[in-house]
Amino acid sequence: MAEKILLKNIDVPGLASFEVYRKLGGYSAVEKVLKNFTPDQVTSEVTKSGLRGRGGAGFPAGMKWGFIDKKTNNPRYFVCNFDESEPGTFKDRHIGQLNPHQLIEGMILGSYALGARTSYIYIRGELFYVLRIIEKAIAEAYKNGFLGENILGSGYSLDLYCQPGAGAYICGEETALLESLEGKRGNPRIKPPFPAVVGLYGCPTVVNNVETIAALPWIINNGGEAYSAVGIGNSKGTKLISACGHINKPGIYEIELGLPVEEFIYSDEYCGGIRPGHTLKAVVAGGSSVPILPANLILKTAEGKPRLMSYESLSEGGFQSGTMLGSGGFIVMDETTCIVKNLLTFAKFYHHESCGQCSPCREGTGWMEKILHRIESGHGTMKDIDLLVDISKHIEGNTICPLGDAAAWPVASAIRHFREEFEEHVKLQKCPF
Amino acid sequence: MPEKLNIEFNRETLDLVNKIIKRYPEGRQKSALLPVLHIAQAENHGWLSSETMEYVASLLDIQPIEVFEVASFYSMFNLQPVGNCVIEVCQTGPCMLKGSEEILAHFENRLGIKAGETTADGKFTIKTVECLAACGNAPVIQVGTEYHENLTTQKADDLLEKWQAENKTSHTNPYL
Amino acid sequence: MPLLKVTIDNIEVEVEAGTTIMNAARKIGGSVVPPAMCYYSKLEGSGGYCRTCLVKVSQGSFKDNRPMPKLVASCRTPVQDGMVVQNRTSPEVMDNRRAITEFLLINHPLDCPVCDQAGECHLQDLSYEHGLEVTRTEEDRRTFDPIDIGDLIKLHMNRCILCYRCVKVADQITDGRVHGVLGRGDHSEISTLIQKAVDNDFSGNMIDVCPVGALTDKTFRFKSRVWFTRPFDAHRECSKCCGKTVLWMKGEEILRVTGRKDKYGELEEFICNDCRFEHKENVDWIVEGPRKIERHSVISQNHYEKLDIPEDGEETE
Repeated sequence: MAEKILLKNIDVPGLASFEVYRKLGGYSAVEKVLKNFTPDQVTSEVTKSGLRGRGGAGFPAGMKWGFIDKKTNNPRYFVCNFDESEPGTFKDRHIGQLNPHQLIEGMILGSYALGARTSYIYIRGELFYVLRIIEKAIAEAYKNGFLGENILGSGYSLDLYCQPGAGAYICGEETALLESLEGKRGNPRIKPPFPAVVGLYGCPTVVNNVETIAALPWIINNGGEAYSAVGIGNSKGTKLISACGHINKPGIYEIELGLPVEEFIYSDEYCGGIRPGHTLKAVVAGGSSVPILPANLILKTAEGKPRLMSYESLSEGGFQSGTMLGSGGFIVMDETTCIVKNLLTFAKFYHHESCGQCSPCREGTGWMEKILHRIESGHGTMKDIDLLVDISKHIEGNTICPLGDAAAWPVASAIRHFREEFEEHVKLQKCPF
Repeated sequence: MPEKLNIEFNRETLDLVNKIIKRYPEGRQKSALLPVLHIAQAENHGWLSSETMEYVASLLDIQPIEVFEVASFYSMFNLQPVGNCVIEVCQTGPCMLKGSEEILAHFENRLGIKAGETTADGKFTIKTVECLAACGNAPVIQVGTEYHENLTTQKADDLLEKWQAENKTSHTNPYL
Repeated sequence: MPLLKVTIDNIEVEVEAGTTIMNAARKIGGSVVPPAMCYYSKLEGSGGYCRTCLVKVSQGSFKDNRPMPKLVASCRTPVQDGMVVQNRTSPEVMDNRRAITEFLLINHPLDCPVCDQAGECHLQDLSYEHGLEVTRTEEDRRTFDPIDIGDLIKLHMNRCILCYRCVKVADQITDGRVHGVLGRGDHSEISTLIQKAVDNDFSGNMIDVCPVGALTDKTFRFKSRVWFTRPFDAHRECSKCCGKTVLWMKGEEILRVTGRKDKYGELEEFICNDCRFEHKENVDWIVEGPRKIERHSVISQNHYEKLDIPEDGEETE
C-alpha cells in the first residue's frame, strides 16, 4: 500500500499526547479549515472523497452531512459513535487508545462543517480506560486552543465531551445511541424522522463512526480527490480490518480497499495465513452480523473472480453467494470450527442484546438461540433446521432497527452454506466436533 | 444494629457529578444518568440498590422509575450484590474460537463457583459477558476498567494469585 | 391544504397530509384496517412496536412510484399523495402477520380459560384470525409471578406483549409514573421494581388500554366471563372525568365499570378511578341503554338486541 491514512503514525511512542501528535503535523487540518474553508466547503471535500460510513452500513458520509437541517434555529450536534460492539470488530479502540487526537481533530472538522457548537463522543462503557485517555487528550486540546471559545481566533467555538455507555450493543444503532446519550434506555427510535432532522434533544444531528471521523484530517490536508484516488470502484480510501480467529497474525490492518481477500488472509503483511497445520473453512468478513461464507466463496466469487476487500466485491452474488464488508470485523475459522456452535454464540449474543421493543426481534432471537442450543447439544430434529430458516426469514426486514436483520443473516447464511453440518448434528445426536 | 450504608456521595464526587451535568444543555441533566450510575455503582460495592438509584434520581431531579428503567437495561449495571472483584469473561464467537470456554471453566474451578455466583468470602464474582471488542487478543476478560487479553489458564492463575494477595476490588470510580 | 389520495387494497380514499396509513385505512373501515396491538390513537407516540400492522407499500407516491423496500408499520408511516398500499391483498403481508402472531404467542401462557380478558382480548382475536393451529415451540416460556400493583390492578406479566400503552397512559394522563418497562429483550417486564402502588386518579385506564390480560381489574377478578355480563352505557356527574362509562351487569348487579370503547377497542374518553372502582351501585348511575357490541365479538353471543346490519353488508347472518 502506498501510504497509510489512518494508522500512519500509530507506532510512534507517545502519539496519544498533544505534543507528539502536533509535531507530526496534527491539527493542521483544523488550522487550514478555520482559516480558509467555509463549513460547506468542508462538506464538499468529504463528499468528493467518496468516504463511506465505516461503522458497517457504508452510507456516503458527505451525503449524510448534506441531509442535516440547517434551516432551523435549533442547535446542531455532531456525535461520534464509539460504541464498538460488533463481534469481531476492534478497530475503533485502537484509534481511541493510541491516537485520540486524530479522533478529536476529526470531531472539530465535522462539527465545524455541520455548525455544531457542542459535540459528544459516545464510547461503550466497557472501554472506560479509553474514555480516560480521550478525556485527557480533550483537556490538552482545550489547553492548546483547539477546543473551547473562539478556536484559533476564528470566532468558531466548540465544546467536546465524552459520554460512556453501559453495556448495550444496540446503542451502536444511531438512534438508540442518541436515546442513551439522553439518559434513556437504548431503544432505537422509529424512523422517519431521521437524526439529521430530529436527533439529539430533538435537534438536527449527525452520528458518524470513529474510523469515519478519523479519516477527516487526512481528507482535508490532502483533498477529497486525493482520497478518492485510493481504493476501487465505489469503495474509496482505506479501511481498517480487524482480523481475528484462526490466523497467524490477528490484529488491525489498514488496507487499501480492493485488496484481494486471498492476499489479505495469506500474505505475511496481513493475517499471515491460517495457523500451522490447519486449513481455511469459513470467514465472517464484516462483523458477526454479515453472512458467513465458506472458503471457496470468500476467496472467489461464484463466477470464479477473485474476491476483493471492497463493498462491491464482497457483496457480489447477493446473499446467495456473497456477503458484506460491514464493519470490517474479519473472523477466520479453520476446519476445527463447528459452524453450529459458532452460530450459537452469535445467536446468544443477539438474544442478549435485543432491546425488546419490537416483537420479531424480542421473541425471535431467543427462539433461534434455543433451537440452536438444542441442535448443538444433540437434541435437534431435521425440522428444526427449516424452522430456523423460517424464523430468520420473518425477523428479517420486519423490525424497527437493523438488529433484527443482524440476528437473522448469520443464521440464514450458516444454514445456506453449511446445511450438511447441521444435519450431521441431528443424525449423530451430538456435536461432531 | 446493622450497619447503615451511606449511599450519598462525598463533596469530591458531587463536584464530579456537577461537572458532568454541565456537559448537557439546560434541563437535560438526565443525560448524566449513565455516567452517574457508573460512579454510584463503583462507590456502593459494585451494585445499585433501589436506595442508591433513588438517590441518583434525586441528584438528577428525575423520577426513580426513570432510573430503574435505565439501570435494568444496561448489562454493566448490577442490580444485585456482587463480590469485591467481578471477573467478566467474554463468551462471544471470536473468544470462543480461541478457548474462552476453557478460561471460564478454569476460573469456575479455581474459585469453586459457577458464572453468576459469588464466592462465600465475598471476594470474587464470575460474570459472563458478550463481546468486549478486543477479539484480536482473544480470549479476553474484564475486571473493573481493566482488560486482560490473550488469556491462558496460566495467566488466569497469575492474575488470581495477584488479586488474592492485594484483595482486589473492581469497584473504583471509573473516571479516576 | 389539498387532500392526499391513497389506495389501500384497491380502495381509494382521500386524507389530510400527515395521516398515517393506519388512519387512512380506518377512514375506509372494514377489513382494510390492519390490526393494531400497540398503536392507540389517543396516546401520543404509541405504535410501531408490535409489527402486526405491517403493510406493503407497492407504490410510494405519484412522484416516486417505486415500492418501499420493506413492509412498513402502517401506524407510524404517513401516507404520500398517490401511495398504493396492500394489506389483505398481499400474501407477503398475511404471511408476515401469521409470523408476528406466532412471535407474540411463543412466550404467552395461553391461559385464556382462566384469564379475565378472554372474550375481549385483542391477542385472542389476532390469533383467531392470523395464528397457526399448532404451536411450533417446545421451549419453556418466560414466566413471572402475578403481582398486585396497588389495590385495584393485577399485573400478569406472563401475558404482556410489551405494547407500552400502559406506560404511555401513565406518562400522558396521570400525574407521575411509577411503573415502566424494566429489563431488556425478552426479559423486559412491566414493573415498579420496588413494590409500589400505581395509585392515582386515572391509573385504571391502564386496564382499559391493555390489549391482553396483563393488567386486569382486581374488583372484577374471576367474577364472571365477560360474555355472561351485559354491557350498558351509563353516566354520572363526575368532577374528575366525563363520567361516561359502560356498566357490565349480571342481573341487577354491576360487576365492572369500564370506559367506552370504539370499534378498534380504543377508549372514547378516559375515565377516573372514582367512576371505575367506587361506584358499583345502580343508584350511582343513569343508564342510557344497552351498549352495541360488534357482531364478531363473543360478547354478542349474549346479545339481546337486534343489531343493525352495517352498510358494507359484511356482518350478515
